[in-house]
Amino acid sequence: MSPVYYLYLAALLFTIGAAGVLIRRNAIILFMCVELMLNACNLAFVAFSRLHGNLDGQIIAFFTMVVAAAEVVVGLAIIVTVFRSRHSASVDDASLMKL
Amino acid sequence: MSGALAAAATTTSTGEAVQFWVLGTVAVIGALGTILMRKAVHSALCLAGTMIVLAVFYLANGAYFLGVVQIVVYTGAIMMLFLFVVMLVGVTAADSLKETLKGQRWLAALCGLGFGILLAAGIGNASLTTWNGLGQANSGGNVEGLAALVFTKYVFAFEITGALLITAAVGAMVLTHRERIERARSQREQSEARVRTGRNVPPLPAPGVYARHNAVDIPGLLPDGTTSELTVNATLRGRGQIRDVSGEALAELAALEQRSERWLGRKPKGEDGKGANGTPANGTSANDAGNGANGNDAKRNDANADGKGVDERSEDAEHHKGVAT
Amino acid sequence: MENLIGLLVAVPLFGAALLLCGGRRLDGKGPYIGTVLAAASFGIGAVLFADMLGRGEHDRALHSTVFSWIPVGGFRADVAFQLDQLSMTFVLLITGVGTLIHIYSIGYMAHDERRRRFFGYLNLFLAAMLLLVLADNYLLLYVGWEGVGLASYLLIGFWQHKPSAATAAKKAFIVNRVGDVGLSIAIMLMFTTFGSFAFAPVLAEADRAGEGKLTAIGLMLLLAACGKSAQVPLQSWLGDAMEGPTPVSALIHAATMVTAGVYLITRSGAIFNAAPDAQTAVVTVGAVTLLFGAIVGCAKDDIKKALAGSTMSQIGYMILAAGLGPIGYVFAIMHLVTHGFFKAGLFLGAGSVMHSMNDEVDMRKYGGLRRYMPITFVTFGLGYLAIIGFPGLSGFWSKDKIIEAAFAKGGTEGWILGGAALLGAAITAYYMTRVMLLTFFGEKRWVPDENGNEPHPHESPGSMTFPMIVLAFGSVLAGGLFSLNDAFVKWLEPVTGHSHGHSPLSAAAVTGGTVVVLVIGVALAWAQYGRQPVPRTAPRGSLLTRAARRDLLQDDFNHVVLVQPGQYLTRGLVYVDHKLVDGVVNGTAASVGGLSGRLRKLQNGYARTYAVSMFGGTAVLIAATLLMRAV
Repeated sequence: MSPVYYLYLAALLFTIGAAGVLIRRNAIILFMCVELMLNACNLAFVAFSRLHGNLDGQIIAFFTMVVAAAEVVVGLAIIVTVFRSRHSASVDDASLMKL
Repeated sequence: MSGALAAAATTTSTGEAVQFWVLGTVAVIGALGTILMRKAVHSALCLAGTMIVLAVFYLANGAYFLGVVQIVVYTGAIMMLFLFVVMLVGVTAADSLKETLKGQRWLAALCGLGFGILLAAGIGNASLTTWNGLGQANSGGNVEGLAALVFTKYVFAFEITGALLITAAVGAMVLTHRERIERARSQREQSEARVRTGRNVPPLPAPGVYARHNAVDIPGLLPDGTTSELTVNATLRGRGQIRDVSGEALAELAALEQRSERWLGRKPKGEDGKGANGTPANGTSANDAGNGANGNDAKRNDANADGKGVDERSEDAEHHKGVAT
Repeated sequence: MENLIGLLVAVPLFGAALLLCGGRRLDGKGPYIGTVLAAASFGIGAVLFADMLGRGEHDRALHSTVFSWIPVGGFRADVAFQLDQLSMTFVLLITGVGTLIHIYSIGYMAHDERRRRFFGYLNLFLAAMLLLVLADNYLLLYVGWEGVGLASYLLIGFWQHKPSAATAAKKAFIVNRVGDVGLSIAIMLMFTTFGSFAFAPVLAEADRAGEGKLTAIGLMLLLAACGKSAQVPLQSWLGDAMEGPTPVSALIHAATMVTAGVYLITRSGAIFNAAPDAQTAVVTVGAVTLLFGAIVGCAKDDIKKALAGSTMSQIGYMILAAGLGPIGYVFAIMHLVTHGFFKAGLFLGAGSVMHSMNDEVDMRKYGGLRRYMPITFVTFGLGYLAIIGFPGLSGFWSKDKIIEAAFAKGGTEGWILGGAALLGAAITAYYMTRVMLLTFFGEKRWVPDENGNEPHPHESPGSMTFPMIVLAFGSVLAGGLFSLNDAFVKWLEPVTGHSHGHSPLSAAAVTGGTVVVLVIGVALAWAQYGRQPVPRTAPRGSLLTRAARRDLLQDDFNHVVLVQPGQYLTRGLVYVDHKLVDGVVNGTAASVGGLSGRLRKLQNGYARTYAVSMFGGTAVLIAATLLMRAV
């Protein structure tokens, strides 16, 4: 088996995550889908690290994790705040941007 | 596995191939589960599964440190944070999977398909022929190699991520923090306020008709058989998680009484003549009993508590015994 | 000495600024301040004149560059003054008559609340007019030209509470604007032709430019002169300009500003000398106007409008003379000066009469005033004798020379022009005699004004009679002094040049003819107005009389030929604007609005919809990247 299949898997997971973002309304699940996409990227980075034979890809994946953690912390805090005031975690309810 | 790492070839070992196809399938199923499950808890669990699989893949690809971090930090901390928020928001609330935006699902499917195919085409087009493998890079140990890079080449990025994390922590605190702008009222003040307004002077009625299920989300019944939302916790009300089981409860109660009559082989309400299937009469008494148990109506309570309340519990016990038998 | 030239302009300009910005504090002293400053300007002019007389006749011009106005690359326009004999003549006329009229105004405007402002405008006028005649280039001349136009506008409309005055001011300004466009075009043509605005290079090189271009410049200058000097076809504003206070009519619309056209043509003599076609146009305009103005003057019952017609006619003489070329320039200026004296005197006299007759202007309601206003009568009478060319008085000397020069033009043209000038002299005698008889002779035809006040004619105060007396002296003596030993010709010759034409008639014959037509004109007027009583209301009169009362239909002509087509054009443009332009604009707006309404539906506020578009965009980007790779 060629290690390139890892990349195909990463692409597939990323696409699934993106589709999830598009079709789900629950903000928490939306965030999970974003995490899924980030993880798919990380998989690709790790696979590339192996391809190039150096550790830079892993470093990038590591940073991605850190950023994802920060993002989750702030994102969930926002969700909690929104839920507290609107009693709903649906992203469709927050549609004040339209006329 | 070390053999596979050492080999700078274009193929991997059979063991890794088997592992990939098995666990890859699991990962995809987990991902699909994440986006398709109706309950957020299930989605989170599916995602955790996918992440663990990915951690295995990291290990397989020579990223030992990342594999461990993936399990400890991602699956262990971040996913638990997710679950925590899910619990806060409402664990049982299931999303409707019905699409409300017109054409959204079609567009999403189209974009997803197109994107995936294009991505796959891009990967297929790329000339990824030589795999160098990490044997050389990991020769001094994976963690040591990473540390060498993080603290030399990527030291600035590393420091900046530190700042980012602190900012995120402070941001989360600021977002969720609620300033108490007035002193909390003492119990005495609350009771005084209740008396002054004349509403709900005694403690609020307890929820639930019977102590079955986790009855806290089942509203009590009023004398006319309708439910009283006042009996349910405000948070549950806010989430819309009140289970309206009054009709169900009544039917079950009737069936229960019927069964217990039959079990005991007696006809205590023979005067009625329709004890076996006389739903209205029994229903009424059950209703009374329910209200009595709720303590919603003081007079009824006084009148019926002794008789019916005890009666009820014994019947319930008998029912359980019957079921067990 | 050169520095004094700038001061000449600066003094009245300072006065204008002081009086217009000074506020109420100066209300009482304003008239005196204005008068003193005008007199100071005259004093400076006199000093400069004495200095100039002390130098040789080809060494008299003074130049003074005050500052560089617009230095841009190769382009250069300076605020620079040139004081030569021609300018000197004007300076003395403007400041002299100007000062007299300031003095007169002290009395005349004594009861006007806004007299400080009036004197401020008068000073402004003096400054602008001096700038006009002292400029050493056409661009600065244009500044003065516009400045006098502004002052004229402000002063005609000084009694702006009267709608007629406000309208007259606007009319004067707009008609003048037509002429100003001519001047600006002429200046632009000069710049493209000669690369300069200054008189010296332009006039020195005038011969070298093509005749076609010179004719174009000359015609544009003529248009400018027509506008400022109320010559046909831009004459219509002068009659209405009489709505202004009488001192204004005397100073601006008789003695000085309206003669700016004559100055312009004389100053640009080198251009006209080299463009015979333009000269022909000039003499035609002059001849037509001198008859036009004279005929209008015969029919008007309003004393100021009769005098305005006369002004038009006399300026026609000057333009005619200026158009004759070097033969005529000197006499044009000479007539200009003498006319400045006697016409200002006549207007001041008219003002004096009006002042004592409750501002009544209709001569048919005067009559027999000579006993009540002896000084006015005598000074007006001397002015009258001067204008009709009574032998020995100022008008005789200057007008006679113009008629002679017209005949000297030679050929049929000379006969036509000379005949017109002679005819004009006869009509002048007629209408001025008419004015004289209606005003000062005959029985009293006074009527009470609308408030029921009976007029009580009385002699005007000293501040008003003094200037009239001085001007009367000028009317009597100026022409004779100028002609003594050809003093004026020798004075101006270095600037304008002078040539003696060959007249088919001898000088004596012309003088005799002039005297004869003068007598005929006076006799006709006597027969009509002196021998028989004059009705208070004007008789219907002949067709010509009625037309002349309407200014020979000038306004009707303008209305039909210019205003109405303009209105039709405007209406058409409005229609096109509404239907076509607005249609396009509104259509565009409506289509944009409609499109936006559709596009707005994309902005439904749902984050997921935006996410789809982002995701789709990413897909497109990947596709594009792959495509570019493949290609």
